[in-house]
Amino acid sequence: MSASLTLNLTLTDWLALLSHFLSLSLLSIGGAITTAPDMHRYLVIEQHWLSDSQFTSSIALAQAAPGPNVLFVALLGWNVGLNAGGGMGAGLLAWVHALLGVVITMAGIMLPSTALTFVAARWGHRNRELQWVRAFKQGLAPIVIALLLATGWILATGHGSSLNNWPVWLLTGVSALLVWRTRLHLLWLLAAGGLLGWFGWV
Amino acid sequence: MTNPATPAPGARPESLPDLFWSFTHLALQGFGGVLAVVQRELVEKKQWLTREEFMEDWAVAQILPGPNVVNLTMMIGDRYFGWRGALAAVAGMLTFPLLIVLALAALFAGISDSPGVQGALRGMGAVAAGLIAGTGLKLIGSLEKNVMGAIICWSLAAITFIAIALLHVPLAWILLGAGTLACVWAHRQLGKIQARGAEE
Repeated sequence: MSASLTLNLTLTDWLALLSHFLSLSLLSIGGAITTAPDMHRYLVIEQHWLSDSQFTSSIALAQAAPGPNVLFVALLGWNVGLNAGGGMGAGLLAWVHALLGVVITMAGIMLPSTALTFVAARWGHRNRELQWVRAFKQGLAPIVIALLLATGWILATGHGSSLNNWPVWLLTGVSALLVWRTRLHLLWLLAAGGLLGWFGWV
Repeated sequence: MTNPATPAPGARPESLPDLFWSFTHLALQGFGGVLAVVQRELVEKKQWLTREEFMEDWAVAQILPGPNVVNLTMMIGDRYFGWRGALAAVAGMLTFPLLIVLALAALFAGISDSPGVQGALRGMGAVAAGLIAGTGLKLIGSLEKNVMGAIICWSLAAITFIAIALLHVPLAWILLGAGTLACVWAHRQLGKIQARGAEE
C-alpha cells in the first residue's frame, strides 16, 4: 500500500494502541465497521500512525477478500506495524512488527466484545422461554432486517450518490435480486462484479 | 429445495473438527462479508438452524457489541460443544481468511493503485452490498410469524431503514429507541397470546 510512513513506536505507544482498540470493542454495536470512523480519527488524524490511503485501502481489501469484514482491523494493525518496522523493504524486522500490530489490534477489538457476547448469549439461550427474552428477539426481528437492507444501501452509495453511479447501483440491485430469488452461487456474482469493475463498466 | 422452516431433525455438527472446517468453508466463500453465506449454508443446506432461529441468533449477535458474524459463529459453536465449540468455530471463521488477507496485503502492496484493481474492488464491493441486501430481502418471509403483526413490523423496518441509511442516525439511538418500543410491544402481544391460551 502506497504512501507509507516511518514511525518509531515505543512500548507505551503499543499499549495505547491496544487500549484504544479494547475500548472500541465494547462500543462496536452493529459490527466493528461502525467504529471505523473513530479508528480513522485516532490512527490517521491524531497519532499519524497510518496514511489516509493505507486506511482506505485496508478497508477495501478486507471487503474484497474472503472472510468476515472485521479483518480490516487486522490490516490496520499490519500497516501500523509495517510503518513502525521501517516499511516493506526493511525485511524481517518489518514483518515482526506487522504481526505484532495484527495481534494487538485484533485482540483489542475482539476480546471484550466476545467475552461479553459469550456470557450474554448463554444466559439468553438458557432463559429463551422467558417472556422478555422472547419479546426481545421478536421485537428486534424487523429492525435487524432493515439494518441489513440499510447496510447494503450504505455500501452501495459509499462511492457517492450521484446519478453518474447508476451502473454501480444497478449491479447492487441485480445482485440483491439474484440472491433473493435464485440459488446461484455467490462466488459467480462476485467474480462477475470483479470483472465488470476490471473492465471499467461499473 | 427443502423448506428451511422445517429442518432435518437432528441436523447438527458432528465434531469440533467438523465445526472448524464448516466455518472455514463458509468464511472462504464470504467475499465482502460472510452473512449471506452463513444463511445459505447453515439454514438452507446443512439445516443446523431454522430461518427463525437464525433470525433470533442474528438479532442477539447484532445487538451485542463486536463483529456480528464472529458473535454468531461463537454462539452456534457454543450451543453444540460448549466453549470448545465456540473456539473451534471462531478459529475456523478467522484463521484462513486472516492468512489470505495478509498475503493479499503483502502481494498487492505495489499494484493496489492500478485502475484495473481499483475497478475490480469497486465492482466486487457493489455485488457485496447486493448480497447483504438480498439476505435481508430473503428474511422478510420470517416476519409472517412475528407476534407484533404485519403493520407494526413494516413500520419498524421502514423507520429503521430511513433513520440508518438515509439520515445516518447513530445505531445506538435506533436500538434504544425503536428497539425498546418494539420489545415492549412484543412483550405485550406475547402476554395476550398467553392469556388467551390460559383461558382455553
